[in-house]
Amino acid sequence: MLDTTMITTTLAKLNALAGGLFLLTAFALVATRQVLACLRVYIGQSVLLAFSAVFLGALHGSVHLFVVAAITLAIKCILIPWLLRRTVGEDIYARREISQILNVPMSLLIAVAIAFFAYAVATPLLAVSLHPNESINLPIGMAGLFLGAYTICVRREAIPQLIGILAMENGAFFAGVSIASGLPLIAELAAAFDVLIIALVMGLLTRKIHKYMGTTNVGEMTSLREE
Amino acid sequence: MELLYILCVPLLAAIGSLIPRVRILAPGITLISSTSVLILSVETALHTISAKEVVAVPGWISCDSFGALIIVLVALVGFAAAIFSWGYIDRISETRQGIIVRPYYALFNLFLVSMLAVPLFSQVALVWIAVELTTLLSVFLVSFASTPEALEAAWKYVVLTCMGAAIALLGVLMLYWGMSGVSQEPFTWAGLTAASSNMSPSLLNTAFFFILIGFGAKVGLVPLHTWLPDAHSQAPSPICALLSGVETTVVLYTIMRLFPLLQGTPAANMGMWLVIFGLVSAGVAAFLLIQAKDYKRMFAFSTVEHMGIILVAVGVGSYGAHFGAMLQIVGHGLTKALCFFAAGITMLTTGNRDIGSIRGLIRISPIAGFFLVLGALGVAGAPPFALFLSELTILKAGLASGQYWVTGLLATFIVIAFFGILFQINHMVFGKPATMSKTTLPATCVAAAVIIVLPVILLGVYIPGPVYDLLRLAAYSLGR
Repeated sequence: MLDTTMITTTLAKLNALAGGLFLLTAFALVATRQVLACLRVYIGQSVLLAFSAVFLGALHGSVHLFVVAAITLAIKCILIPWLLRRTVGEDIYARREISQILNVPMSLLIAVAIAFFAYAVATPLLAVSLHPNESINLPIGMAGLFLGAYTICVRREAIPQLIGILAMENGAFFAGVSIASGLPLIAELAAAFDVLIIALVMGLLTRKIHKYMGTTNVGEMTSLREE
Repeated sequence: MELLYILCVPLLAAIGSLIPRVRILAPGITLISSTSVLILSVETALHTISAKEVVAVPGWISCDSFGALIIVLVALVGFAAAIFSWGYIDRISETRQGIIVRPYYALFNLFLVSMLAVPLFSQVALVWIAVELTTLLSVFLVSFASTPEALEAAWKYVVLTCMGAAIALLGVLMLYWGMSGVSQEPFTWAGLTAASSNMSPSLLNTAFFFILIGFGAKVGLVPLHTWLPDAHSQAPSPICALLSGVETTVVLYTIMRLFPLLQGTPAANMGMWLVIFGLVSAGVAAFLLIQAKDYKRMFAFSTVEHMGIILVAVGVGSYGAHFGAMLQIVGHGLTKALCFFAAGITMLTTGNRDIGSIRGLIRISPIAGFFLVLGALGVAGAPPFALFLSELTILKAGLASGQYWVTGLLATFIVIAFFGILFQINHMVFGKPATMSKTTLPATCVAAAVIIVLPVILLGVYIPGPVYDLLRLAAYSLGR
């Protein structure tokens, strides 16, 4: 009896650790300027998402979440990096972002404010929560979602913007593994496939932009706007 | 069974379009598939009138009268766009090198199937995926011309709408969370509506906001509309007709599906939020379309305005307003397709997208001028066109439910947009032309415009019985 409670608390603590690190990677994405490093942070974030799914799966005794973790690892840690390398090409990949919209300390400060905002939005919802781990995963997932959106707003290179979108999806799924763990597997599979198509389509579009315009600095494309 | 055929036929056509060698094969297959989809969806719609709901896979794929209304609209505009594409794509790929026809038709069919999937899926998580796919499958149609402007528009389109979709995803997951606590039903629209009165109101409200903002970015609600005029002006004209006429309404359909959920919750005045978002969108778009320099851009702003009007009508909440909203959806889809067909014909004759430099279009090409005037009158809401009837219905319902301020503001924005559009089009169509260069128009382009112009006028003067039944049932489904 004692053993089971100990295992439960340990798993909950491990999940909380994964959550803390997940939030850290979301901040790291805002601050990282190297395109390749951005991708590595994203892979790390996906691994943490898979870990959280595994811990919660062990906690609830749900095989379903183990499958979700396996899909996440296969698609986000292996397939997407490989796909981006193939479609985008090495030269765009190794690029560093010179122009910054905001300097790093300033954008990190705003990111902290955004994380607090996410907690403020998520806290009233947890009143109906049945499992304590939901109070970890929902606010952190929401913060990951908002920070991903913020990353897209402050970056000008195409690939970091793409990674920002993938990070937003990661944030939503991080909340999802805890609040929507019973979602039918076919929906999970379709969603993972969808993330793959996002990476493929945006990667190909980046290549097309590079081919026709000679740059991937999408922040400077401003020919279309109201006068 | 016909629901599965509707989804499979365009998929097969997409594969068939890629068969090389024969030039006529891809447009031919696309035309055949869109014709059969149109017939199948009309058949489905007739079934839903008598049987309320057609179910293909219980809990996953089904279609009620609201869904049927949307698929008939998508199929009709898709059919006309397939005809229009035939001549149009041939013509523009003659003049510009490096444009390939086969991938265009393959993507065209895939884009069509993704839009048909949104109303046909009843599992909410799958609906989200279908909405995301409508973006991803149309990105390369927007960037088809491969000009710097088209690429920029495609990038903005994919980034903003995917951001929105990620936000909406969390909203959908929250709905699932709320529902799994109180009900064992499958996660469908019907299951959600049944369970909503037991779900926590604060959870429902937050989930609704996430979905409204997330999918609102794709519908083009102000202030998330910035990508819309770019994408809707840079894509080839038949694609613009699909993007502007039906893609926006297909996504709006998902937001409207949430409306019945929220009426059961106490202290949640979500109708008010829909009205506020709608009024802001309609108002901002009415002023932006006055200053547009590009006529396709002007029609794109008019789409934002119409989405705002529909949202206001849904938010007002009475049956009359809902009926007006349904009529507005149909009228908008058809009329906006007509506008972009007319814009495409104008592009072919003048090779120019600038309002200021086109004068006397009616003398250069009477056909282009004629359709442009019809489209502009229709989209501005002049009698006797379909949108006049629907806007009148909405305003009347607004007054009847005592929302005088809302109705007054909406009427003002409609009038501003009316004069804005007609002033701009008047400048293009009449007057003395600078150059007289005659071009012959592809027959299919004219045929597509004729096919779409007939229902636009017909629905303004007389609504046939089955269409009326469909609109009535769809409007009922928004109530609780």
